[in-house]
Amino acid sequence: MSLIRLVNVTKKFGDITALDHVDLSIEDGEYVCVLGQTGAGKTTLLRVIAGLVEPDEGEIYIEGRLVNGIPPEERNAVYMFQQFALFPHMNVWQNVSFGPVIKDWDNETVEKVSSNILEMVRLADRKDAFPNELSGGMQQRVALARGIASGARILLLDEPLGALDARLRVDLRSQLRKLVKDQKLTAIHVTHDQEEALMIAERVAVLRKGRIEQMGSPREVYSRPQSIFVASFVGGANFIEGNISKVYSSGSSIEIRGGYQISVSDRSKEVGEKVVVAVRPEDISVGSAEVIGSNNFSGRIESKMFIGGSMEYTIRLENDDVVSCKISLSDLPTTYKTGERVIVSFLAERCYVFPYPKGGLLEEIEAI
Amino acid sequence: MPEVRLVNVSKRYGKILANDNVNLTIENGEYVSIIGPSGCGKTTLIKIIAGIIKPDEGKIYIGGKLVNDLSTEDRGIGYVFQNIALFPHMTVWDNITYGPRVRGLSPEETRPLALEMLEMIRLSARSDAYPSELSGGTQQKTAVARALISRSELLLLDEPLGALDVKVRGELRHELRRLVKDLKLTALHVTHDQEEAMSISDRVVVMKKGRIVEADAPIELYTRPRSIFTANFVGEANFLKGIVTQISDEGSLVDVVDGLQMMTNSRNAKVGDGVVIAFRPEFTSIGDTEMLNRLVGKVVDILYSGSIGRVRVQLANGDQIVAKKALSLQRPTFSVGDNITVNVSPKNTLVYPYPKEGLDKELALE
Repeated sequence: MSLIRLVNVTKKFGDITALDHVDLSIEDGEYVCVLGQTGAGKTTLLRVIAGLVEPDEGEIYIEGRLVNGIPPEERNAVYMFQQFALFPHMNVWQNVSFGPVIKDWDNETVEKVSSNILEMVRLADRKDAFPNELSGGMQQRVALARGIASGARILLLDEPLGALDARLRVDLRSQLRKLVKDQKLTAIHVTHDQEEALMIAERVAVLRKGRIEQMGSPREVYSRPQSIFVASFVGGANFIEGNISKVYSSGSSIEIRGGYQISVSDRSKEVGEKVVVAVRPEDISVGSAEVIGSNNFSGRIESKMFIGGSMEYTIRLENDDVVSCKISLSDLPTTYKTGERVIVSFLAERCYVFPYPKGGLLEEIEAI
Repeated sequence: MPEVRLVNVSKRYGKILANDNVNLTIENGEYVSIIGPSGCGKTTLIKIIAGIIKPDEGKIYIGGKLVNDLSTEDRGIGYVFQNIALFPHMTVWDNITYGPRVRGLSPEETRPLALEMLEMIRLSARSDAYPSELSGGTQQKTAVARALISRSELLLLDEPLGALDVKVRGELRHELRRLVKDLKLTALHVTHDQEEAMSISDRVVVMKKGRIVEADAPIELYTRPRSIFTANFVGEANFLKGIVTQISDEGSLVDVVDGLQMMTNSRNAKVGDGVVIAFRPEFTSIGDTEMLNRLVGKVVDILYSGSIGRVRVQLANGDQIVAKKALSLQRPTFSVGDNITVNVSPKNTLVYPYPKEGLDKELALE
């Protein structure tokens, strides 16, 4: 039996459908990330589970019990706000032990639970400090500790690392996951940061316009995207428009702008069908010679950018399509200059093929 | 000619020294970012340049002119904040032309300026839209256009992408840099996001506790950080304590973990010196028995981010290191609990003197 189950949940705010017939099951002890852009409905999803928002339609079950209409404090789930709400007049210890104290646990239990959790978030030595004496990262850890100390088995985390420095955020990712796992809690963690979701979650739900577009393990979502949107939003990709020109036993050929052909291993489409080919920047190599067995195109380097250990080249192909390629610095034999002519190569099995979207390609991939 | 020069700038808030004798020159046409942990003084510094905060000591020159006593409006700068500050009741057009109108420019004078700005931010088609009808990224582009219409050649960007989704942020980086370069502006950009700084800038300034730790081109900072702090803050790095046992022509031999020796290319330390060896998780390989510097340990966890697997390995002495591995279509051949070997080529090691106050202190980000 799933610990949390949403059946056909819909929530509208005026004209806006924040959640659109969402079905979702989360197992006991799972760490799930809900990934989506601003306005995708992520926060509403958490608040519906927490009981802070009542859905218009659908049922919510926690531990097998229908909880529609049941107040938040009786749901065994704690919702943690993005802006950590600590009591400013209480020190770290008082903030963390607040839940246990008002729940009237005996002193010994309060003492034990609170100090264990402070130890876990590595703030035992700051238990006398007041929130304004702590850094943002520390405050966030206090807020987390307080949520965990409340005894709730389900943590609903709304951008829990969002208010922190980028570097600290990366450090806290594995700590957060470890904390949840060690305590055998279940966590639903909402974020717009795909890297965060992929690293921290056991399963990722990609939410778009109130609907779950794809749900699966991070590896699945990344390596088998079910839609152009997921390919673009999770990991990112180059998208090339074309038409299926041939289907054969081991794959298909796609004719792209300028009459060039791309070989793909996908053979689910029919000859003449308009399609979009997606290739991830990290699956494209850049060199001075053609690679046998790959798709090869010649082009010219338009610009390059150094991003976290990789060089990202923007390359204009001969047919005027522009692709970006990400080359890890560690396997970078040579760096290329802007304006230099190069050959880009990628394998047929690294191409994803999608039907051309009805609303146009831009509608699917534009984030800005 | 908006070269910016800061000479011995200090600013104190009570006990806290937000800027501690900062000297920095930003060349005309340069795109410079400032990064550092929360509270390092980066926001104070940009506000001092903008004239929003007065320094306690030091001089600020913009275009060769001392501007300490000039107000923000008289410094010839465009300033963009993290919180998108558009007028909600005005259209994109009215927001962009607000400055010129207030300064008394006629509609005939304002119009070509505004058209050019809209063209630059590729928003000509949305000039009649209200902010609430636009995405966060588009709103922020409008704010940039509004800052630039005054013809300022110096653009100060205070966490300009901070309020936006990661994905949008990534795309706006390109646009922001293009805009600055096309318009031949000088830009100073404060961010807490080191990746953003590395990808957008000609030069990155790393700050810590009110001081500039180092300033260099992104790739230099990444491949040859001059301090442990920078190696840790810019990108990710593993750090191992050790003692130099031998120096040769090729480099030095360092005793790290329980009898394990690592060869490095550095010859800066003496035999017997306490050192810290740093290496990037992405500059390692796994299970290559031919190589020097084999670190054997047990896999603690494997986290995936797209095509990259992040493998945490516990060494015999309890130290943990991280290796990043590009994943092929197959799953890795090892799993949590297995013993594996992480290899680091001597050329990919960085060697630092052991810090006086200890390694942990040097690595603390808060």
